[in-house]
Amino acid sequence: MALSGLTLVLFVMGHMLGNLQIFLGPDVINAYAYKLHHLLPSSALWAVRLVLLGTIAVHLWAAVTLTLDNRKARPHSYQEDKVVQASYSSRTMRMSGIILLAFIIFHIAHFTVRAVPGMQYESEIESKESGRLEMVKVPLVKNGEVVLKNGHEVTTFNVNDMMVAGFKVWWVSAFYIIATGLLCMHLTHGFSSMFQSVGLRNGLWRKRLDRAAHAYGWVVFLGFAIIPISVMTGLLKMDSTGGLVSQVGETAAITDSFEK
Amino acid sequence: MNLDSKIPEGPLSEKWSSHKFNMKLVNPSNRRKYSVIVVGSGLAGGAAAASLAEQGYNVSCFCYQDSPRRAHSIAAQGGINASKNYQNDGDSVHRLFYDTVKGGDYRAREANVYRLAEVSSDIIDQCVANGVPFAREYGGLLANRSFGGAQVSRTFYARGQTGQQLLLGAYSALSKQIGLGKVKMFNRHEMLDLVKVDGHAKGIIVRNMATGELTRHASDAVVLATGGYGNVFFLSTNAQGCNVTAAYRAHKRGAGMANPCYTQIHPTCIPVHGDKQSKLTLMSESLRNDGRIWAPKDAEVAAMIRKGETDPNTVAEDDRDYYLERKYPSFGNLAPRDISSRAAKEACDEGRGVASTGLGVFLDFRDAIKRDGQKTIKERYGNLFDMYQCITGDNPYETPMMIFPAVHYTMGGLWVDYNLQSTIPGMFVGGEANFSDHGANRLGASALMQGLSDGYFILPYTVGNYLGEQGVATAGKVTTEHPAFAEVEANVKARIDKFLAIGGTESPRSFHKRLGHIIWEQCGMARSKEGLEGAIKDLQALRKEFWTNLRVVGDADGINPELERAGRVADFIEFGELMCRDALMREESCGGHFRVEHQTEDGEALRDDENFAFAGVWEYMGDDVEPQLHKESLIYENVKLATRSYK
Amino acid sequence: MEKTMDLTLKVWRQKSANSTGTFETYGVKDVSEGSSFLEMLDTLSEDLVEKGKEPVAFDHDCREGICGSCSMTINGIPHGPEKATTACQLHMRHFHDGQTITIEPWRAKPFPVIKDLVVDRSPFDRIIQSGGFITSRAGSAVDANAIPINKATADYAMDAAACIGCGACVAACPNASAMLFTGAKASHMNSLPQGKAEKDRRTLAMVTTMDGEGFGGCTNVGECEAACPKSISLDMIAQLNRDYATAQLKNFFKPVA
Repeated sequence: MALSGLTLVLFVMGHMLGNLQIFLGPDVINAYAYKLHHLLPSSALWAVRLVLLGTIAVHLWAAVTLTLDNRKARPHSYQEDKVVQASYSSRTMRMSGIILLAFIIFHIAHFTVRAVPGMQYESEIESKESGRLEMVKVPLVKNGEVVLKNGHEVTTFNVNDMMVAGFKVWWVSAFYIIATGLLCMHLTHGFSSMFQSVGLRNGLWRKRLDRAAHAYGWVVFLGFAIIPISVMTGLLKMDSTGGLVSQVGETAAITDSFEK
Repeated sequence: MNLDSKIPEGPLSEKWSSHKFNMKLVNPSNRRKYSVIVVGSGLAGGAAAASLAEQGYNVSCFCYQDSPRRAHSIAAQGGINASKNYQNDGDSVHRLFYDTVKGGDYRAREANVYRLAEVSSDIIDQCVANGVPFAREYGGLLANRSFGGAQVSRTFYARGQTGQQLLLGAYSALSKQIGLGKVKMFNRHEMLDLVKVDGHAKGIIVRNMATGELTRHASDAVVLATGGYGNVFFLSTNAQGCNVTAAYRAHKRGAGMANPCYTQIHPTCIPVHGDKQSKLTLMSESLRNDGRIWAPKDAEVAAMIRKGETDPNTVAEDDRDYYLERKYPSFGNLAPRDISSRAAKEACDEGRGVASTGLGVFLDFRDAIKRDGQKTIKERYGNLFDMYQCITGDNPYETPMMIFPAVHYTMGGLWVDYNLQSTIPGMFVGGEANFSDHGANRLGASALMQGLSDGYFILPYTVGNYLGEQGVATAGKVTTEHPAFAEVEANVKARIDKFLAIGGTESPRSFHKRLGHIIWEQCGMARSKEGLEGAIKDLQALRKEFWTNLRVVGDADGINPELERAGRVADFIEFGELMCRDALMREESCGGHFRVEHQTEDGEALRDDENFAFAGVWEYMGDDVEPQLHKESLIYENVKLATRSYK
Repeated sequence: MEKTMDLTLKVWRQKSANSTGTFETYGVKDVSEGSSFLEMLDTLSEDLVEKGKEPVAFDHDCREGICGSCSMTINGIPHGPEKATTACQLHMRHFHDGQTITIEPWRAKPFPVIKDLVVDRSPFDRIIQSGGFITSRAGSAVDANAIPINKATADYAMDAAACIGCGACVAACPNASAMLFTGAKASHMNSLPQGKAEKDRRTLAMVTTMDGEGFGGCTNVGECEAACPKSISLDMIAQLNRDYATAQLKNFFKPVA
């Protein structure tokens, strides 16, 4: 539980920092996405994804086993049961976990696989015709200059527009905000708890780690939630270099690996 | 009754070593052929069971609690003495021996006490080795304190929970042997009788308190480590379950009962608060280092305080009687337990007692707080003050504590020889259940020492010696098929059936309370011929009433606290009578036994060494027959008998 | 004079291990506020006996908060509402006239109810039997001062050793986990130099036995610590986790026992 949790805790922070680059402009976030997808060969990238999914599976398996064992250990519950010092988040790990799992599935379907009906974000041709969102390839821009490869412009997926488009839907934004709120709760217990589970905590450090866990949880919450909030409030907009759309057809020779 | 104490020849300091050398050894491969029953799992029983099993004997251990870890040794607070002389303050085996004999008012057997002092050091080593977290100094060495008015710092302690830690040490050693299968542990089992075959103790009949089942257990030797009988007073600092049944049943089967009148009353307990109280709580004696004990000079003032009309803090200095300081100027508030207890009783008898019942005196920290500051007092006694406040609801920093004496320990018990063997061959007795080491009064921090000494270092040798003497041919020969077992079991069953069949109107608890009242009044802190004779009559009447008007609800098939108490109270009533007889016989005052007829002009105890330097051992002669007294003379070759004076 | 109160008690009654239990409601009158909770139950028992009914069975012995016998959940909290207090040391002044008090036995599969409020806590004994000891044959010990132990270590060991084995930790834990008990017992011995020789073996054996007895797993919620009458700290669980992980790792490469 603790070790899988640790992996996920670290991933969450990395993921959040990556996402926040959206505030540095579409080029930056798009370039970041490009970099993520080209850092490793495609097979290795999938391996990393599988490890992450596997970690979630381990975390889930551990949670299910623990829950079943724990249910078995108390077949007869108390008529009256008072909580003395256990925090709300520690007592609701199961619920926050289950909702988070549902969220993760949606999130992967939504932004990674892009398979949520009506939110595929890649039918750039059809989209024009159907009048739906335009999700197109944009040139890869680094340090303000378009990157060229073999004399051709390198293009990349327009992550910026995908996110903005995604969060323009109010209920999607709401779901993301609630889910990251639950993540925050999950982390306020989990972050400190994992130190306890591997024996790296004592009375002194418990207080410090509990505070750190709260800080971490809030940072993660704010870091993630600020994006849908910014989209809803209009702070983040569709890529203003949308004019490049017209060039898509001409530069299609080089394609993005993750679109295959 | 043969009272050969079997004290080894030779100089005092060599008796134990030479005796160990002369004892029979059992070949290690033969030990597994023998079985030993240990009843009780406290310091003496737990340590004996663990050590005998370590040696290779098959041990069965019984306790009435749900786990051997709960024996009442666990409640001892103060500490354990040992003549380590780690403080370089002049302690020695001889000094500990001398202090114990003197503290016992010269009514203990010299050779036993010397051996106790001798092995005291080994006990500390053993306990540290098995993980007892004794208090340490910053340098990493063991810390000691002076306890109970001793002139040297020889008391080892683990916060205020020394008994707990020592017991858990013995319990863990015992647990290891249970895990290895060398000890078979029977929790929630109460010994209800002893089985003798050809005059030797060969087994016991027990009741499984969870299922009600009676079972027979045979062995080659039986060790009783069943604790003291303080609950004969109903209210005492003993645990609720502490009882005399095992010891008294053995007594009825022929074991001599020695000095039952020697009981220790501890001066600093929290007073009784009402008629529903079940137990008295001890406050550490260390409080007397700084607290001043007083009662109002005027009975009317006391009455006002009792009614809550006068705040004790407003009583003027001149109206307070610091009676210990007045009577014993050199020892003052630190006068020994028996003396301070009696003085408190006197004050209350004069109508000057406080607390709602009039049975209490003040232990006042006002002056200490004024002198040293509240912070210092809090550092010294904070946990005790908290405990007091938890129980009474009063804040001792603001209003004086109230204390009253309570029964705490019983020095008397089954008679044993130097080998801790009773007058029944093959039956050994350890810990508080025997009479051997404390004479007429026990020194603070000596009970734990004696329990562990018996359990770890004496019984494992002497039981082996007995088994060796019997010879391996006898090992395991007597089984539960022997007719003696059927007979005793039938008796036990009949007795239980009788309890259930009486169908009277009074509960066992009610009889217990009435018994306690008689004993406390007539055989408590001060005893008189007249009172004791009356008590014997009262107890006989109470016994008759008990057997005709007892009501035990429920049945015998499972947990039945009423039935359990009925059996214990039945034995306590008979035992109480024996106590009174012993107290009546002992026409002197010594230690915890104070006969009002035998006191000096200023009210101090008057010992009679010429006529009473003996252990009084009682032989059971039949239900309505007077028990017979036997005497074991106490011969002092190494200490000079002197009068204790604390003036 | 002491104030008294009348109370309504909802008490779990169960004839035997195999029968099904139920709550019974009783009234008790004139309970003095200076009584302990168990003395209040004594009063109830006397009332019941008076009516020819069986009294409520509950474990109790020393009544001074050290033997660990008493074991009952009072208004949803093991040993009742006062912090660091056993039921026998809980005094009635913490309740008020007219109050209804629910009294239940410890609820955990490894602690089956034997009768009324009495449960079988023998799994704790078996955890100790499997490894909760430091082997030292009587007579084999070196001088007690031969191994200096720094005060902080001795104090820490004492903090752990203060456990009275009452089982409130299990009763309070939403998972009926015995980690606080096992942690305290193991940490006491694992932290002392005398206990080092058997440390890995002890830790593995105790945890294996604990799991085998059917206790739940720890989710670090901390209810055990709050219910513990001796305020045993969660640190003991952390240490058990650490010692267990270390022992497992060592055992993986080379069996420790």
